[in-house]
Amino acid sequence: MANQNILEMRDIEKTFGSIPVLKKVNFALQKGEIHAFMGGNGAGKSTLMKVLTGVYSRDSGEIVINGKPHHFATPRDAEAAGIAMIFQELSLIPTLTVAQNIFLHREPRSGYFLNDAEAVRRSREILADLGEDIDPNARVQDISSGACQMVEIAKALSQNAQILIMDEPTSSLSDHETSSLFRIVRRLQSNGISIIYISHRMAEIFELCDRVTVMRDGGIVLTDTCKNISMQVLIDAMLGPGTESSLQWRERGSHSNAPVVLDVENITSAGEYRDVSFQIRAGEIVGLAGLMGSGRTEIAQAIFGIRSADSGTVRLGGKTIISTADAIAAGIALVPESRRRQGLILDHSVAENFLLPNLDVFKSGSFVNERGAARKILDFIKLLGIKTDSPDKAVHELSGGNQQKVVLSKWLVREPKLLILDEPTLGVDIGAKSDIVEIVRKLADKGAAVLVISSEFEELLAMSDRILVLQDGNLTSQLDRRNIASEEVLHHAVQS
Amino acid sequence: MPSKASATVTAPLPVAAPKAKQIQWRDFVVYIFFAVVLVFFAFTIGDKGFLTVANLFNITRTTSMIAIMAIAMTFVIAAGELDLSIGSSAALSALVAALVMTSGYGIFAAVLLGILSGVAVGALNSFFVTVLQIPSFLVTLGSMQLIRGLDMRLTYTKPVAISEMTFNSMFGSGKIGPVPSLFVWSLVVVIIAHIVLRYTTFGRQVLATGGNPVAARYSGVPVERIKMYCFLLSGASGALAGLLYSGMMQTARYTFGTGAELAAIAAVILGGTSLFGGKATVIGTFVGALLIGTINNGLIIMGLDVSEQMMISGGLIILAVAFGRRPTKT
Repeated sequence: MANQNILEMRDIEKTFGSIPVLKKVNFALQKGEIHAFMGGNGAGKSTLMKVLTGVYSRDSGEIVINGKPHHFATPRDAEAAGIAMIFQELSLIPTLTVAQNIFLHREPRSGYFLNDAEAVRRSREILADLGEDIDPNARVQDISSGACQMVEIAKALSQNAQILIMDEPTSSLSDHETSSLFRIVRRLQSNGISIIYISHRMAEIFELCDRVTVMRDGGIVLTDTCKNISMQVLIDAMLGPGTESSLQWRERGSHSNAPVVLDVENITSAGEYRDVSFQIRAGEIVGLAGLMGSGRTEIAQAIFGIRSADSGTVRLGGKTIISTADAIAAGIALVPESRRRQGLILDHSVAENFLLPNLDVFKSGSFVNERGAARKILDFIKLLGIKTDSPDKAVHELSGGNQQKVVLSKWLVREPKLLILDEPTLGVDIGAKSDIVEIVRKLADKGAAVLVISSEFEELLAMSDRILVLQDGNLTSQLDRRNIASEEVLHHAVQS
Repeated sequence: MPSKASATVTAPLPVAAPKAKQIQWRDFVVYIFFAVVLVFFAFTIGDKGFLTVANLFNITRTTSMIAIMAIAMTFVIAAGELDLSIGSSAALSALVAALVMTSGYGIFAAVLLGILSGVAVGALNSFFVTVLQIPSFLVTLGSMQLIRGLDMRLTYTKPVAISEMTFNSMFGSGKIGPVPSLFVWSLVVVIIAHIVLRYTTFGRQVLATGGNPVAARYSGVPVERIKMYCFLLSGASGALAGLLYSGMMQTARYTFGTGAELAAIAAVILGGTSLFGGKATVIGTFVGALLIGTINNGLIIMGLDVSEQMMISGGLIILAVAFGRRPTKT
């Protein structure tokens, strides 16, 4: 029986305070399909998923699984009904072994004692079923992030999950790991497991998924077969009527006569990158394309003085950069790869995060000039469209896109001469993404040099005037954006 | 069923917004507790001498050393570290100052060398923590023992009497009008520390270091140097507390400050500072120290013996911390 619905969510409503977050949502998942689930931050998709996994209880509506209505009071109830969710931030315990994680809280026993051998045996079975060669006795902290995903999946399978929800599963995976993840997701599908696949990455969705659903403002605005629709239709559905995406490339004119801002000369760091040299001129946006592990983040760290190169020099406007203090003083800003770990102090407020790198600007004597900073942060909240009730709100309460805008704002206030962006739109919804691209363009138009690192070629192609290609720590080529006809050209350059 | 009278719906706000305001009172738990304890003692033992000016000043006098150490500990904890050696530093500085004075080098040299001995302990701690990257809990657990052993060895555990009355009245025994000089010392430290933590760039850098050292480094904060300053500050404050102990007792003993590190940590956490760093309040710490002192004082007046005092004040600390706990996020 094809097209049989394994899951139906009918007229689901959920209100927080007086704010309706889910407005009579109807969603159906067919047995054995891979169903993409998209929507901007605040669209309600994570609330809907929390209702489905028993984290939140619904105000009204019905959840029907295999024709039977269910009520989930706790996540355990949802688990018992065959629903498992794999979170963006993996929920594994790093100091325990793979097998211990897979059977956490459901350990096989003999009598009163744990039966470790049985746990290892069953783990090995499930992992082998997935076609993965992961040692069940390895500690999770010692395995790659791709392998962690597989362990999460194995954990879900060990509970006989019929419905698997995956939240941005590829956000921390390399290209190679991503393709093996896709292989496994397809395999699960052929075994009759139904998958809800949450992602912001368009290309993935068209490659992997059968159908797609888009949420906006607490309701579902589109459900269709992926084959029937184009990327533009999806973007329009997410953004809503009357908004225009800035993810189209715009030719920005030549900068070959502008002064050199960044001059990187023969930098080498053992095991990471070799003999890398390039320049960026004022007003230029340069992309750095390379696979994960190609040394791209390490090069950004060397330029910003976080970890200097073993040899070679980095100069900004003629000044040699050795430490982070030098870099900041010379006018370099870095929006780092991990905004949660490197970019922000999550428990601190928007204003405090904004102020941190700018204590040298907002001060009188040894004292912090809070009034001056407060005025500036309000300007930036307005300018960048940061959605927050107040500058005093803790950053962890903001959505990913708004968090990233806070990171941007704390550097933009310094009017940097060189802005380095490392994966600036990772885990950021499409609306914020297009805002960020626009902000960067404006900064470059005002004469700043920009270096963008991204795994999403779509994004590099949208922003860059010139793209540097990095392979295994070597700069192998430089492409003028005008000469790149399609994404495939860039894929080929990076992988050949 | 909720009515749907209003048709216009504003853009959905982040879900956590309404919660933010409810949580605020938890920041003031220590003040509420302090007020409750004061009122309780005022009604039950107000007529037995608890409410006299002399007794209230007595409370501030006996808590000032713990308060000063707790305030330094606030900086260390705010920066995401811990200093267990602070009590041993207090005894070291007391003994050093007393020995300098008995050798006839005068008060100034005694105070200077006493404080420097504390700074030296701080330097030792910060070397292992910042240069060798060893967790401060382990480093200071070791230096706590090491310095306490040194304290015992300095005079072969014999107390050293201090006959310099200027020293004694300046540090601990004296009064300014009705106000004990010990209370004045702790007030001065509180005010300076509060201003430094709350209003200076150094204070911000301390909180950033404890909040997320990686992000702080990516924002240009010299994380290791900030931690070093906190340890030096902690050593110096321990040393000041030691001078106050010795001035109050007019003697220096190797036992000064035994267990003070834990009492100080209790005051810090009671006051609302996060044990994990990044969020701290000096005033809260001070009130936390006063709260512990008041509880002990009241229980003594009620006629409870030491064992009962310990059980009750321990229980109350747990209770106060439990009330101040933030709901954990899932």
